[in-house]
Amino acid sequence: MADFPSSLVSSRNLRRILPWLVIVAAAVVLPVVLPPFRLNLLGRFLSLGIVALGIDLIWGYTGMLSLGQGIFFALGGYALGMYLQLDTLEPGQLPEFFGLYGVKSLPAFWQPFNSPVFTFFAIWVIPALVAGLLGYLVFRNRIKGVYFSILTQAALLVFFNFFNGQQKLINGTNGLKTDTAHIFGVLVGSDGMQRNLFWVTVLLVIGAWFLCRWLTTGRFGDALVAIRDDEPRLRFTGYNPTAYKTVVFAVAGGLAGISGALYTVQSGIVSPQFMAVPFSIEMVIWVAVGGRGTLIGAILGALLINFAKSLISEQLPETWLFIQGGLFLLVVTALPDGLVGWWRQGGPGRLIAMVGLPQRSLTYPALDLDPEVQAEQSQFDAQGSESQGSKGGAQ
Amino acid sequence: MNLLELRGVSVSFDGFLALNDLNLQLAPGELRAVIGPNGAGKTTFLDVITGKVKPTKGDVFFRGKSLVGQSEHRISRLGIGRKFQTPRVYQNLSPRRNLELAVRGPHSPFDLLFSPLSSEQRDRVQHLLGVVGLESHAGQQAGGLSHGQKQWLEIAMLVAQDPELLLVDEPVAGLTDEETERTGELLRQLAGDHTVLVIEHDMDFIRDLQAPVTVLHEGHVLCEGSMEQVQNDPRVIEVYLGSETQEAP
Repeated sequence: MADFPSSLVSSRNLRRILPWLVIVAAAVVLPVVLPPFRLNLLGRFLSLGIVALGIDLIWGYTGMLSLGQGIFFALGGYALGMYLQLDTLEPGQLPEFFGLYGVKSLPAFWQPFNSPVFTFFAIWVIPALVAGLLGYLVFRNRIKGVYFSILTQAALLVFFNFFNGQQKLINGTNGLKTDTAHIFGVLVGSDGMQRNLFWVTVLLVIGAWFLCRWLTTGRFGDALVAIRDDEPRLRFTGYNPTAYKTVVFAVAGGLAGISGALYTVQSGIVSPQFMAVPFSIEMVIWVAVGGRGTLIGAILGALLINFAKSLISEQLPETWLFIQGGLFLLVVTALPDGLVGWWRQGGPGRLIAMVGLPQRSLTYPALDLDPEVQAEQSQFDAQGSESQGSKGGAQ
Repeated sequence: MNLLELRGVSVSFDGFLALNDLNLQLAPGELRAVIGPNGAGKTTFLDVITGKVKPTKGDVFFRGKSLVGQSEHRISRLGIGRKFQTPRVYQNLSPRRNLELAVRGPHSPFDLLFSPLSSEQRDRVQHLLGVVGLESHAGQQAGGLSHGQKQWLEIAMLVAQDPELLLVDEPVAGLTDEETERTGELLRQLAGDHTVLVIEHDMDFIRDLQAPVTVLHEGHVLCEGSMEQVQNDPRVIEVYLGSETQEAP
């Protein structure tokens, strides 16, 4: 924050590289160090970071609070789940559960999932298309704000009830097991495969982060923020917000699908519970706690809350819901920009000052901690970064 | 041919006539001032042109084509730009980024993702930042600008759009005298190449514009003419300028 741009170039570069070094080191070391159970948890929670990134795109940047991301999450999970059900079968065999309901032949919509290539695309294209279509119909009619939230939750319930009731099509409430299936001849539930899936998850989280970063940093991202802050104004400037919202909602849907597929193979099952109402609300809480409008906040929020949930549930199972609710209240009232937002706005420094300890300063405290100087400094920084981003900027 | 023509436009909000059989023509390159007391329908009038409000009766033509039923962004792309009564800039973006969103060019999601700003567009943004004196604030959040700076930023955004017709709602509200004068100068410069319609309460500002004046009253055009003619019109004095014209010599 308080560095002068010229003098500390190398430390700035270091700060840019350091997080990546830590991530690479963690991805290599953790599978060796952590017991398989913990590694599996970490992989699952990381995959939830991807759906959180999507929510951050549509809520944090574009201002649309979706309570129905579970739909797209589950669709991705089911796509992969169906493929795994079929992949292990001998020719002519049906997945076991069909026998329970007297189904003699494979339903037509299962057929394409024999193909790994089709499944690879289905995992993200189908949720993206469903999201795009649902979004287009809603946005075209200029439904927004709380009405949008209610509508997405209603859609979630429709999907939940449909999947829950269709035993003969997709095993209804029991869901599809993936534990005992094989990928490339390796048991999905085995430690080796879970380690591979952890690495795949790490790569996909990073990929999703880059995608979201690319979407949010340029003029497209500016247009999203403009939609969030003043949509009618953008219309009068010649933009069609419906197109932007549809695109970004579809992207968030695709991300949710990928997230759901990764979560499925690391949990061992996909079931209509993925579309339970509380789960989709939890997703929103991860983003709120991590920090709306900060991409890393979405991932960290998903990791933190889920680890807290699993640790606390192990010790005191009945308290978790209270803690989660309290955490959400705390964030809404005290940290509106989430943990990452609080960190970036100098929260830790203020906390130290509140406790009464002297703050760390670069020059001498009388100068460095003067609010006026700090205000000028932040203005200077903002200008500096602006003129870097565009040629011939004013200094 | 008229650039803009309103023919018998009426707008009814639950029986209340915000506009009542309004007729108005604007020639290309014209600078026109519109005045009227509060509730005369000035803002509704702009809403009808820009597609925010559909007329209950009548029709609006831009370059001979009807605008009724077209969405706001299509009307904007035809070449009609609007500045709002209270400055509406994107608070969380810097002035430079505000202008980069407004600058004339293709506006689809695909364009914004894959085609960067051209050098002309960049130059235009840089030039406009200079014109409105925001170069030194180009990188800071627009929400932190003063009221006057926001007004000017929004005018710059309007100019960046490069519309054929500029609809300017109260451009000098809350500005200092010097800023007001410079705004008037800017609008006079724009007229000619562009067609400019200004709504304003500030009578001195309107007088300095030296533009034909249209007076609205209860959603209807009361009279049109120069500022002097309008000021001496007894109907106008009655509804609106009463006390002010009595003070004038």
